[in-house]
Amino acid sequence: MSHEAAIREPLIFGETNYSVITDEICAPAEAKPTKHWYIGFTIAMLTLCIGIVSFYYEVTHGIGSWGLNKTIGWGFDITNFVWWIGIGHAGTLISAILLLFRQDWRNSINRSAEAMTLFAVVCAGQFPIFHMGRVWNAFFTLPLPNDYGPLWPNFNSALLWDVFAISTYFTVSIVFWYTGIIPDLATLRDRAKSKTRWHIFNFFSFGWTGSIRQWNRFELVSLILAGLATPLVLSVHTIVSFDFATSVLPGWHTTIFPPYFVAGAIFSGFAMVLTLLIIARKVMRLEKYITIGHLEAMSKIITLTGTMVGIAYGTEFFMAWYSGYSYEQFTFINRAFGPYWWSYWIMISCNVVSPQLFWVRKFRRSPIFIFIMSIFVNIGMWFERFVIIVTSLHRDFLPSSWAMYVPTWVEFGMFVGTIGLFFVLFFLFAKYLPVIAIAEVKMIYKKTTHGKPAGAYHGEQDYDQDKAYELAAAAHGHGHDEHETVGEHHH
Amino acid sequence: METTNKYWKGLEELHHDADFEKNRMNEFAEKLPLSKVLKEDDLELSSNRRDFLKFMGFGITAATLAACSRSPVKNVVPYINKPVEIDPGVANYYATTCGGCNARCSLLVKTREGRPIKIEGNAESPFSKGGVCAVGQGTVLNLYDLGRLSHPVVNNKAADWKAIDTLASSALSAGGAIRLLTGTISSPSTKAAIETFIKKYPNAKHIQYDAASASAIIDAHEQGFGKAVLPSFNIANAKSLVSVDADFLGTWISPVEFTKQYTSARKVEGGKPEDFLFHFQFESTLSLSGSNADHRATLSPSQIGAALVRLHNYVAEGTGGAQAGSSSLELAGNSIKMAATHLVKNKGKALVICGSNNPDHQALVASINSMLGAYGNTIDLDNPSYQYQGNDKEMIALVNEMNAGTVGTLIIHDCNPSYTYPDAKKFNDGLAKVKTSIAFSTRLDETSERCTAVAPTNHFLESWGDDMPKAGYISLYQPSISPIFNTRAAEESLLLWAGISTTYDEFVKKNWKENFYGGGEYKNFEDFWMHSLERGFISMESKNAKSYSFNGNLASAAKVAAESGDIEVVIYEKVAIRDGRDANNPWLQEMPDPISKVSWDNYAAISPKLAEKLGLNDEDVVEIKAKGSNYSVKLPVLKQPGQKYNTIAIAKGYGHNAKESATYKVAAGIGANAYPFATVTDNALIFGGQTVTITKTGENYPLAQSQTHHHMEGRDLVRETTIAEIANGSYYKEMEKKEKEESSLRISLWQDYRYPGHQWGMAVDLNACTGCNACVVSCQAENNVPVVGKDEVRRRREMHWLRIDRYYSISEEGPKEIYHDKYKELDKLGAENKLGNYEKVKVVFQPIMCQQCSNAPCETVCPVNAISHSSEGLNQQAYNRCVGTRYCANNCPYKVRRFNWFNYALNDKFKDYPMQTDLGRMVLNPDVTVRTRGVMEKCTFCVQRIQVGKLDAKKEGRALKDGEIKTACQQSCPANAIVFGDMNDPNSEISKLLENKRTYKILTELNVRPSVNYMSKVRNSNETIA
Repeated sequence: MSHEAAIREPLIFGETNYSVITDEICAPAEAKPTKHWYIGFTIAMLTLCIGIVSFYYEVTHGIGSWGLNKTIGWGFDITNFVWWIGIGHAGTLISAILLLFRQDWRNSINRSAEAMTLFAVVCAGQFPIFHMGRVWNAFFTLPLPNDYGPLWPNFNSALLWDVFAISTYFTVSIVFWYTGIIPDLATLRDRAKSKTRWHIFNFFSFGWTGSIRQWNRFELVSLILAGLATPLVLSVHTIVSFDFATSVLPGWHTTIFPPYFVAGAIFSGFAMVLTLLIIARKVMRLEKYITIGHLEAMSKIITLTGTMVGIAYGTEFFMAWYSGYSYEQFTFINRAFGPYWWSYWIMISCNVVSPQLFWVRKFRRSPIFIFIMSIFVNIGMWFERFVIIVTSLHRDFLPSSWAMYVPTWVEFGMFVGTIGLFFVLFFLFAKYLPVIAIAEVKMIYKKTTHGKPAGAYHGEQDYDQDKAYELAAAAHGHGHDEHETVGEHHH
Repeated sequence: METTNKYWKGLEELHHDADFEKNRMNEFAEKLPLSKVLKEDDLELSSNRRDFLKFMGFGITAATLAACSRSPVKNVVPYINKPVEIDPGVANYYATTCGGCNARCSLLVKTREGRPIKIEGNAESPFSKGGVCAVGQGTVLNLYDLGRLSHPVVNNKAADWKAIDTLASSALSAGGAIRLLTGTISSPSTKAAIETFIKKYPNAKHIQYDAASASAIIDAHEQGFGKAVLPSFNIANAKSLVSVDADFLGTWISPVEFTKQYTSARKVEGGKPEDFLFHFQFESTLSLSGSNADHRATLSPSQIGAALVRLHNYVAEGTGGAQAGSSSLELAGNSIKMAATHLVKNKGKALVICGSNNPDHQALVASINSMLGAYGNTIDLDNPSYQYQGNDKEMIALVNEMNAGTVGTLIIHDCNPSYTYPDAKKFNDGLAKVKTSIAFSTRLDETSERCTAVAPTNHFLESWGDDMPKAGYISLYQPSISPIFNTRAAEESLLLWAGISTTYDEFVKKNWKENFYGGGEYKNFEDFWMHSLERGFISMESKNAKSYSFNGNLASAAKVAAESGDIEVVIYEKVAIRDGRDANNPWLQEMPDPISKVSWDNYAAISPKLAEKLGLNDEDVVEIKAKGSNYSVKLPVLKQPGQKYNTIAIAKGYGHNAKESATYKVAAGIGANAYPFATVTDNALIFGGQTVTITKTGENYPLAQSQTHHHMEGRDLVRETTIAEIANGSYYKEMEKKEKEESSLRISLWQDYRYPGHQWGMAVDLNACTGCNACVVSCQAENNVPVVGKDEVRRRREMHWLRIDRYYSISEEGPKEIYHDKYKELDKLGAENKLGNYEKVKVVFQPIMCQQCSNAPCETVCPVNAISHSSEGLNQQAYNRCVGTRYCANNCPYKVRRFNWFNYALNDKFKDYPMQTDLGRMVLNPDVTVRTRGVMEKCTFCVQRIQVGKLDAKKEGRALKDGEIKTACQQSCPANAIVFGDMNDPNSEISKLLENKRTYKILTELNVRPSVNYMSKVRNSNETIA
């Protein structure tokens, strides 16, 4: 076991021991849902219903119920798809890459981040399916054996690569997530008070007993899956970006897209993780485990990726100028100053300008500020996809075909509906399953609290982590023996 | 080992109970209590729960089994006795004559299994030469219009023919003046029938009336030359042409014929540069002709007289003729003087035409042409045109006569004065005073609904007949389908009422035998008749066109009225809707206007400068009120570059308001009627020039525009040059340089496709193309392209596979760019520039269809392989495979792909359009799939025609001939602008055109290698004549 320097901010605060951790994390899953949960769940369900109505309307009436036209073939549909897929990326990054890099702080957020990934991919998947004019023939995109020749899908098409990329991504993510949750399901089983509950969790925990051999294999599988999932973080959004990059359209046909899309995906994904966790830690009283330090770490990643995205925007402009290709130059000028200028500037201000505020330490340690920023980033990243898709399409080569795109209620309904679907799934997850990986948090318990009860740092639930940490750090800075003084100082 | 055990189900079985034995073989041991169950004395089933479940089970099982059976068999019944000429799957072509407008072009009608499905031009005709305009293409759809009258009507009630005949004979013999009001009758046989009728009823008189009247031209020629005829014009002979308010390429007299002539006078290859026709156009609103002109200047309707006087006097100066009055009017850039100088310089090869219906104006034009020596060269008075014979004076007299109550019987045929007559109220009042009025009409229009009886007539595709659009040229009608409804030829009725009971076809034949058969090469009349029918027309020897000199009186013409300075109304015809008779045709309504690109509406076109002055924007609804008559309409504004300041242009043919809603199902509620803005003087119907006031209503009405951005943004799409640059070779040098640059870009990592057999290609000569849109409608008819309606066009979802892009440009002293977008104001650059310069706008057209790229961007992106590349270079869309991701459309640089947003063939939203009625579906081309919702479609290069051509050649065991396969757009093009053929055949026309230095491809830098080529537009420039 590695040893954490005391200068590091602890990853768990509050009076804690193993049993307390178990109790606290299992509590929401074992108690009756709170009033807040019911209210939230109802709202999410209603929003989902809007989506169901909209999807139904689209399938029965035709794509004509959207605002697309002969010039603009994709609008909200693919914008939403790319947005949701991007959001999913943070979960995989946290669970896989950070695991491989032994970033222990990920342990208390990886479960919910991974769940978010799954739900985001579920939401994302709806759009490529339902954007098809003949959704009932969607299976044509699968390489199924058939009698027509046989007739295979077109392996040249980036859309087909999407089919593989996303299905792979979903499969690996769900296996990884489920593998991680098995020990916790067993914990819930062991704590079950009713026979039914015991049976259910027993079934889903695959008979986990917690033997050394099982733990050993659990760790191995986790590592292998992390190894498998790591390239996916890069590949999925790379392939999604190929939808655009392999086309001939100015504004789409850009080699910078793969890294730019991946950075953007992580950027938006972390924003969504933050949006969810800032609420969850408050409502479910998990501030001890999801600490200000966690939020700050994620804010830093947002600043990093946001800046990368900003550089990508600049590079695009540079390349347009440097290439001397007038169509491309026009596209970029049109983006910033054409009829959709507002979407471009929303994107710039949300994605490039606002994350820079996180350079101020105070801001990146304020949950409310981070929450607002995370919403900004989500909006900005949605507009980034909108800008890429719509502004490139609406004025391309032949000015005679230039047109405008105005979405209809059906498109709004579908978008809102997937947000509803996402939250319905998240609410169910938060209610029925442990939102924090109990076993993994326990792994870091010892090292992060330096062998002392975590309680040494703390007191109340809404305890000022900043202050505690500062005091602790100050004490350390004064040359006190870290093992002795940190706790004392506080007391 | 055999078992000795005995098995039994019950004691009854064991003991062989008699009752049991009796019933054991039955399926149900006990009798089913069916009577009990089904007894419903008190409406209560007597069955209990278990029975209910049994019945349910039985019911479901039975229903399931029943559902497993095949659906009812629908038999397709083949011909029992197959007509000799009909082979299922093989098209037959019949020669006939177009009834779309008065020009009467010769046609070939394509029929399949007895249904006319497509109009093609008759290439042998010396006038239309295979061209058909958009209206002509649309006529086949009128045949299948549910708005047609399907039965006789007497006193607004359905009746039979006997009732009409009885009514007619009693009315005709009742005394009182009999008047026969018709549109232009250019048919010799109809004329003979009318003469027969008049012989029987000597108190009858025949009056001809045209909604778009050429009466003034006839008057002027009567006055000036003693010949009351509409002359034939020959633009092909001209080197200098001045058109004053005559849209001869779009709507005036005989547009297809004129387009053919115009194109041949502006040949770049095979013609001398100095012979290249110079075209001046002076007009109020930007017309199709004006958009093709070399030099265009605007004038308001009230300035026409002054402009003509000025032109007359300049020409008189140059030719030594007599002056007529005086006028100091000059149009922008000394246009009148410039035109006059050029005309005089080309004396004998000069022509002035004028669209005004004012006899004074036409007298001046006749005098100018006479001074220029046009008569005998570019104008033919000896072989006149019979296309327009309407006589305004007689019509005005008739309306007065009707109002005086002296008309006993009025028979109306082929005209709709209650809608088109400028003083329709007076006409209607008069009509009410006529004792018996009988209308021959194909529909219950505004006029026929006011008549005592309506005798439905045949559509021209159901008719026999003939037509003499020009002296010496007679085109025949033969039906390509038997009458769909209970209709009868008007001539047959007239003959019947005149006491001659014969079918009209017999009458025509008799008439021909007596008048046109001259033996010659034919064995007998029958031989002559069959040959004529097959060919579609006969040409008789034409007379020599003699020279005439004008000796009319120009005194009244020379008086130039003072301009009012108020806003004047301009009444014009649109290329698709023309005078409004085919307004109910969804193809024509959906065809975008070549200039404004608006479909499905008329609107108030005003100049951007006037709009600014009045604080108006596109789509603001204004009320336009005539100062004279107080007639007012509400119409949306469209800022039209090229429009004369202080004028407002409104198209005729809209705002139909027949009471019977079925009559104009498509046209009803579209636009407003412009005819009442015209004025009736003592001797003429004057269109345009009435002063109006414009008031903003505050409402907004979105127009359905298929193109909203009008500037080419400096992109290399339409290449334009001048004939001078062609002559001195500098343009060709420039093209060679560009070609060199482009060929250096043609590198590829991949092996190119090989096309071992044919490789289809197309060339579009932008110099020939006038932008008339005939190809657009032709394509729609050929390829079952759905009509989507106003709302969907507003959403920019029109389905046309072939569109004509139109760009404005300004080359002289005006703003360099026009930034006109629906969402950005027209005038981004206007602030620093004089808005007035938008009057001096130039227009270029570019037909865009699928470019059938060799490196097609659409093919690679389709995830399901729905687009394949054929071995002949076509990008083939497999509808059945398409799942509708629209990725291909996004990736198409030419934006030619069209997505089926709805199921146009079944969706209720589109129920008024042809695909949704049994009758309308008859027009569908069985060789082309009707596409379902959610699939992508596009131009196929008429692959069905390619297939037919290849099969024909194969059957005959020969190689395919160049030109044998013609795409639909190519076939009907009045300008011969489109050439299609095999690029692998070195001797084909297309291969030769590829060598032409004017030929280029667009967006070559993408290396998509399109198969469609364009040829640079060539204009005369002012410098040519300076």
